[in-house]
Amino acid sequence: MQTWVDAVLVLVLLLNFMALSAGRLRTLIRAVTVQGVLLGLLLALARGKWELTVLVMAGATVILKGMVIPRMLFHAVREVVIHRETEPVFGLMASMLLGASGTVMALLFSGTLPVVHGNIGSLVAPAALSTVLAGFLILMTRREAIAQVVGYLILENGVFVFGLLLMEAIPFLIELGVLLDLFVAIFVMGIIIHKISREYSSVSTRMLSELKE
Amino acid sequence: MRDVGIHILLLLLLPPLLPGVIGKTKAFFAGRVGPPLLQPYYDILKLMRKGSVFSVTTTWVFCAGPVVGLATALLAGLLVPFGGHRAPLSFPGDMILFAYLFALGRFFTAAAALDTGSAFEGMGAARELTFACLAEPALLFGMLVLAKLSDSLSLTGMLAGGYPLELGVTAPALVLVAASLFLVLLAENSRIPFDDPNTHLELTMIHEVMVLDHSGPAFGLIEYGATMKLMVTGAVWLRVAMPNAAADSWLGWILFLAGLLGLAVVIGVVESVMARFRMVVVPTFLVAACLLSAFGMVLLVR
Amino acid sequence: MSSALVLTGLLLHAVSGIPGWVFRGYRDGGQRLSVWLAGAGSVLGIIGCLAALWHPPPSGPFLRIDGLAVVFLLPVFLIPALGAIYGTAYWRQNDHPGNGCRLRLFFGLMTAAMGGVTVACHAMVFLVAWEIMALSGFFLITTEDEDRVARAAGLLYLIVTHIGTLCLFAWFALFHLLTGSFALEPIADGIASPAMLTVLFWLAVVAFGCKAGIMPLHIWLPGAHATAPSHVSALMSGVLIKIGVYGLVRALSWLPGVPPLWWAGVLLALGAVSGVVGVVLALGQHDLKRLLAYHSIENIGIIVMGLGIAVAGRTLHQPVLLVLGLAGALLHVWNHALFKALLFLSAGSAIHATHTREIDRLGGLARAMPWTAFSFALGAVAICGLPPLNGFVSEWLVYLGAFHALGIGQAKSWVVAALAAPILALIGGLAVACFVKAFGVVFLGEGRSPEVCGAREAGLLMVGPMLVLVFFCVLIGVAPIVVVPVLDAGIRAWALGEPELVSLSSLARLGWISLGALALLALCGLLGAGLYRRIRCGGVVRSVTWDCGYAAPTSRMQYTASSFAQILGSVFAWVQRSQWRKPGTMPVFPDKTRFRGHILDVVLDTTVKPAFRSAVRFLSSLRFLQAGNIHAYLFYIVAFLIVLLLWKGAA
Repeated sequence: MQTWVDAVLVLVLLLNFMALSAGRLRTLIRAVTVQGVLLGLLLALARGKWELTVLVMAGATVILKGMVIPRMLFHAVREVVIHRETEPVFGLMASMLLGASGTVMALLFSGTLPVVHGNIGSLVAPAALSTVLAGFLILMTRREAIAQVVGYLILENGVFVFGLLLMEAIPFLIELGVLLDLFVAIFVMGIIIHKISREYSSVSTRMLSELKE
Repeated sequence: MRDVGIHILLLLLLPPLLPGVIGKTKAFFAGRVGPPLLQPYYDILKLMRKGSVFSVTTTWVFCAGPVVGLATALLAGLLVPFGGHRAPLSFPGDMILFAYLFALGRFFTAAAALDTGSAFEGMGAARELTFACLAEPALLFGMLVLAKLSDSLSLTGMLAGGYPLELGVTAPALVLVAASLFLVLLAENSRIPFDDPNTHLELTMIHEVMVLDHSGPAFGLIEYGATMKLMVTGAVWLRVAMPNAAADSWLGWILFLAGLLGLAVVIGVVESVMARFRMVVVPTFLVAACLLSAFGMVLLVR
Repeated sequence: MSSALVLTGLLLHAVSGIPGWVFRGYRDGGQRLSVWLAGAGSVLGIIGCLAALWHPPPSGPFLRIDGLAVVFLLPVFLIPALGAIYGTAYWRQNDHPGNGCRLRLFFGLMTAAMGGVTVACHAMVFLVAWEIMALSGFFLITTEDEDRVARAAGLLYLIVTHIGTLCLFAWFALFHLLTGSFALEPIADGIASPAMLTVLFWLAVVAFGCKAGIMPLHIWLPGAHATAPSHVSALMSGVLIKIGVYGLVRALSWLPGVPPLWWAGVLLALGAVSGVVGVVLALGQHDLKRLLAYHSIENIGIIVMGLGIAVAGRTLHQPVLLVLGLAGALLHVWNHALFKALLFLSAGSAIHATHTREIDRLGGLARAMPWTAFSFALGAVAICGLPPLNGFVSEWLVYLGAFHALGIGQAKSWVVAALAAPILALIGGLAVACFVKAFGVVFLGEGRSPEVCGAREAGLLMVGPMLVLVFFCVLIGVAPIVVVPVLDAGIRAWALGEPELVSLSSLARLGWISLGALALLALCGLLGAGLYRRIRCGGVVRSVTWDCGYAAPTSRMQYTASSFAQILGSVFAWVQRSQWRKPGTMPVFPDKTRFRGHILDVVLDTTVKPAFRSAVRFLSSLRFLQAGNIHAYLFYIVAFLIVLLLWKGAA
């Protein structure tokens, strides 16, 4: 099981790169979709035995992260977004390099962090860290509102991977809470984006800074 | 001794077959019959018999381009093991010579392009060199991974295979390197999605526009050298993608041939189903190739 | 015996400028005598060096010629002699009656001082030689002191070199504090605290880094190399900055004990930054000599990376890393001296013939100046580190060190050092782009301006020295085994305490490199001969370059150096800041317009100058204190005295 968890985590890390290098919103959303499905798989693999609760949780994750949220995002792209690019603040290459250095640091230094390493694969802590970093990076460097939503999703995925470490102690509580939070957040964001775009015919957050008095 | 003979024979005779296979594959996808499988051989032989046209601005550098291009590809071909058989020339550190031979070829090809004084060829040279700058670190990261995996410093040892493949560590590293080197292979050999060898507009070409002014035997050498480069880089990639394939005498050669032709088909499929990248995003993809293999290295040495 | 030869050689160099002053009236007489003196000095010196290698002379109280000194002495003797010969044609006394004598005087003095630094084993001798070297450098840079740009470059050099000297004073003061003597020997173990060692390390990096041109300290280098006469640039780039490297290498061997691993990290990081940023900035230059100057920074970066691997080897007690890293660094010192001198001399010969350093105004010189073009092409291939020339051998050694750092074979791993390999590959790729640009735009194609039309091949006095350098580049590339004894001696002198040092030849199969180089040359020869025959058989038609059917092409339509570098510049825009002045919107009938681009130096133009400007703004608000009124000054003195009295009285 352990090696399978690691192998899936490598894929999760690669999807971070894909998200960081995505120039188009659709690519970005696709990356986060696949990541969501992989997280569901990870949940099932990490537990190691096929209990009903595990399957339900994994199924819920896959449905929510892999189907519902992406569908909403694609819908948003189709309906309200005029620009299909992610509008990075600086070049895609720079954000890729930053993400890569973040990942390298996470891989090299996560061994020294005071977290429970457990017995579910050596990549969990570094993968969680670097996913959180990638999420932050996208949040910081993309102007487009939907890209920001995706950044938030990736950030949450990182937290989710961290949750795997605590699964022995507090099974599924964290995941459930986070998933619920997330769903509500996306819902609210979707509404807000819709409103903004109706008012200003653009959802670039650059415009938001002109809203002050 | 026999293996060395087969190696040299294959190196000299096989290369033009690969573009033939790629062409046939693309024709199949386009629903055409396509040129004969051996068309590249005919082309090269015909070019060798033709007369030449030289621009009045050119100097000796113009002819040095094709000559050095082919010579470096040949020597690089002698350093690479074909299908697990020992390469004719092999010594610790030969992977650096391998990488730098292609750089030498590139130097003279690009200089020959500038020798004509044409703006188009200058443009092609600038693009080729720019993309090569980004492809080389990816290649070196890949070499580092292979060296670490095999505990060896020569191409023959690095590509000998037989590494312990673990799902969590070494196998992902190797897969990442294979993916990265595939991108490098496509970029180095000017294939779609990096460059379109069949495009008809000088402004959008990379490699083809550099050799626009070459003609006759010199152009034949360039074409032959390009196919040989494809075969040599392909041979490296094959061993990365199938590291543990049998290296047993005859079976090894047959597997190698089949793998090479399969690679040509794969390239043909990629060229048929993909459009070429916009020129401005090419560097992004090459940096991504670099990061892939760098990531593989970090996974391995962590 | 050998030390006497070396010292005589240095002395001859030191006095070689004097006949020029004495026989100023006799047309070229003084100049010729100078060259003979310098040449004789170099021959004696080189013989002395080789003799010192066989029978190491006993070290005196002030001077010592060990392996490391020999490694650095050989370029000190070779390059200036060739430069002096070249200078007789490049900077003829008759053409430059005003400054020719001065140039030769300081040229000889600097050579002797550089030799003095390498053989000194007493702090005072070291400092005196160092300072003579630095000041001669200033006078050489400002040879054309009527030129404002040259004066500014000289001043900047003077400031930076004295920052270095200041650190050097501090270094030797601390050294004396620790050892109680000025004799330059390795400090004994255990008397220096780790904090003291850290201070000594950083002082050495700054002091010698200023001279060597390591990246943030390189600011004097491009301007100085660009404005000095070409053979002086060759001397400075080929040898002077290597004396900085010598100081760093030597200082590291004087520091006691096992160096901490982060020293290696610092050196590797500095080397990587110098290498990558140096070559990226070189790429954007449109002045041929500035371009070469930035490449010096790049090559210093490669040398420092090799040194970093060697230090890591010392820390980890890995003779493999130590030998490969240091051998790569030392050999690259030689190689860079050879090919950079070659490039500066051939660039100088092109500049001499056309009177412009602007790359975009040149073009097509290969037909008028075949030998110069050949020399430049060969130097370009060598500096890119391509086989079969010498640059490849030294880079190959550094690469091997980097691969061994992964923990291959018996080596203990320190993985970070392996990153040197992809970084070297990036540097190599960028260098190829840069030198294809420089060679292609200057020597190939058609001339871009009227200056080029009158260009003629330089005379034997200028081509001869270049061909000597070409010979050495090819020799080291094809038969690197000849340099192994010298490198081994240098490595032994550096790693005195290391017990299990192995010879370079047992770690790196240099014979295979020779075989590869010869095979490559043979293949090129065979294919070239074959192609020549086929072309002869097929018949040749001469025509114009294919230009897509455009009817009236001009030479101005060729791809320029700026456009060549633009695409790479956009990829590396985060380092290569540039200023563009583009034409605005055109009226219906456009006027003549201009398009200018300029690359900013990432340290000098974007950091140092703004900092100084704001300092000047702040300080000029204090100008009122200095009114030029004697009464006010007296008031300051009295006020200060009163403050002192109050302070003491209160205490």
